[in-house]
Amino acid sequence: MKFSRRELLITAAKGALITALPMGAIKFLEPKEVMAEIKGPGKVRWAFLVDTYKCVGCGLCVKACKNENEVPYDTPVTRTWVERYIIKKDGEMLADSPMGARDGFTENKIRETAVDPKDIAKAFFVPKLCNQCDTPPCVQVCPVGATYQTTDGVVLIDRSWCIGCGYCIMACPYGVRFFHPVHKVTEKCNFCYHRITKGLNTACVDACPFGARMIGNLKDPNDPVTKIVLTERVGVLKSEYGTKPQVYYLGLDENVR
Amino acid sequence: MTAETAQNAEMVVHGLEWTVKELFTYPNEFIYWTIQIVMYPFLTGLVAGAFVLSSLYHVFGQDDLKDIAKFSLLFSFALLLVAPMPLLFHLQQAQRNWEVMLTPHFTSAIAAFGMVFSVYMAIVASEIWFVHRKFFVEQVNDLRNKEGIGNAILRIIYSVLTLGAHDISDAALHKDERAVKMLAGIGIPVACFLHGYAGFIFGSVKANALWMTPLMPVIFIMSAIVSGIALCLLTFVLIMEWQKWQISRHGRRHWQMSADEVKGAEIDMVKKVSKYLIGFLVAAITLELLDLIFRGYTAVKSWDILRSVIYGKDFVNIFILQYTVGNLVPFILLLLPGLTVKRAVLSTLLVLFGVFMMRWNVVIGGQAFSLTFAGYMHYHLPIIPHNLETFKEGLFGALLMGGLPFFFFWIFNKVIPSLKYK
Repeated sequence: MKFSRRELLITAAKGALITALPMGAIKFLEPKEVMAEIKGPGKVRWAFLVDTYKCVGCGLCVKACKNENEVPYDTPVTRTWVERYIIKKDGEMLADSPMGARDGFTENKIRETAVDPKDIAKAFFVPKLCNQCDTPPCVQVCPVGATYQTTDGVVLIDRSWCIGCGYCIMACPYGVRFFHPVHKVTEKCNFCYHRITKGLNTACVDACPFGARMIGNLKDPNDPVTKIVLTERVGVLKSEYGTKPQVYYLGLDENVR
Repeated sequence: MTAETAQNAEMVVHGLEWTVKELFTYPNEFIYWTIQIVMYPFLTGLVAGAFVLSSLYHVFGQDDLKDIAKFSLLFSFALLLVAPMPLLFHLQQAQRNWEVMLTPHFTSAIAAFGMVFSVYMAIVASEIWFVHRKFFVEQVNDLRNKEGIGNAILRIIYSVLTLGAHDISDAALHKDERAVKMLAGIGIPVACFLHGYAGFIFGSVKANALWMTPLMPVIFIMSAIVSGIALCLLTFVLIMEWQKWQISRHGRRHWQMSADEVKGAEIDMVKKVSKYLIGFLVAAITLELLDLIFRGYTAVKSWDILRSVIYGKDFVNIFILQYTVGNLVPFILLLLPGLTVKRAVLSTLLVLFGVFMMRWNVVIGGQAFSLTFAGYMHYHLPIIPHNLETFKEGLFGALLMGGLPFFFFWIFNKVIPSLKYK
């Protein structure tokens, strides 16, 4: 059987149409949409609350996190860290977080330079961790889908699928991501997902002696975190990036980076 | 070795080795994208540029470029094979690279890489095939009567390369020409897309104040074409000089031109190609300056730290090495009347250096300041490697990437001589 060019084109067009039409009826679902279909509408949206007034910069949260999540203890990389801010009377801002404040802030030196207490207008500590953004840029840029958002809002990393390109590290405005020194894939805070999904607190929340850190469920109106987020004046970090971060701060200063 | 030291030995914090931090930075911040990520857009740019140069002849009928067109097409293919290798070298889990093709996550700019790259590869490969099909068939026929195992092997190679299409009647060759024209035509937008898309990878990172600009893809395309033309011209001149040297040493072979003819063809080509080079150079510089002026004028939150990087820490890299040595000096050299081959060679070398510095200043410069906007990071290129990582992401890893295209071209040119004159 021999086809003329005209016949071939017509047949090909028909074939394409016949294949394309039923394909149009298929809706491609994101994994989390599939989960939502199976499990019903989500009842959980994990969120974090940091009360910066209560933080004293002891670093116990960082220690606990490194141990709980097996991030090598003597490396500078860490899933959570605490920053110290000193605003001097002349308006100069000084900040540091040596080793992520793993050993706490015990001296009034910033990078080997002592700050005279008389010059200090205000000083405070700010714990940092992954913001588990509602629109996470890290998930958007992962070329293989190795990092993804769960239905309860936490962004996770599949260690067996990450290719280690570092695009997500570049995309995060908060600098929470790094390469795990042992596993050689990206790593970041996941709100201790293995603990919170079993009804436990995160390691850092349990370790904080002052109650500066709290984890809660924003979809539960009776949750203490939800109540504070709804009724008090809370702030989030770097909202200008449109990431909709879900770590809320009480007493956030404009100097915080 | 105790268990503890064994564990410490494999524990490498990626980036710690070559990053020096200054003032207030986040604990996890390091220079994660290093020299291989500078090489990646540099090489992709050369691919796109070389292809556009060859297409100027094939599509737009710029007959003055006929001789260099064949060569730059084949060279573009050699560069294309190497272009993704810096990315592979840079991956922490390089063995999983196939996942980009297998489970592409399409909201990521990198996910489309496999597809864009394969399409482009197919276009360039088929264009090369159509351009050389007649040559392949002729070789098969010529070698039929020759003896010797070398000729037999060569004949098998050429037979495979013909893909069974032995018809070299005028009508068939005319069809080939049309196919070449069409492929070159499709190839230009795809080449621009391939490289513009490399620019998009950077330009779309909203967390990076230096990278995020919609101009990034266009700037990348323009500098790509500049660098591609410069490299083709440079390589062309070097090969011509080699031929001249060989003719003067061994005497002329039957298919070769005389030394004077080579010289004439050479300076002729240099003059023609440098015109195109100047044009694209102007476009590239204009866009880059526009970007800089716009950032300074709008002066959003990040401008304070960007200014301190652009006019302070990276001043030499940006204004001296990139703009002056890499752009202004070759621009003047090419514009001065009475262009000589030597002057053109110097200019192309400077242009290539300038484009490399542009990539460097984007990739490394974009990580020179902290996300806190209150600290800096300095990159120290590992020179003498002492482990796999410092080789891969060090000077020698980059030099390997830079040298491979020439190696591939040398091999291709054995089978498909793209510099032979009839």
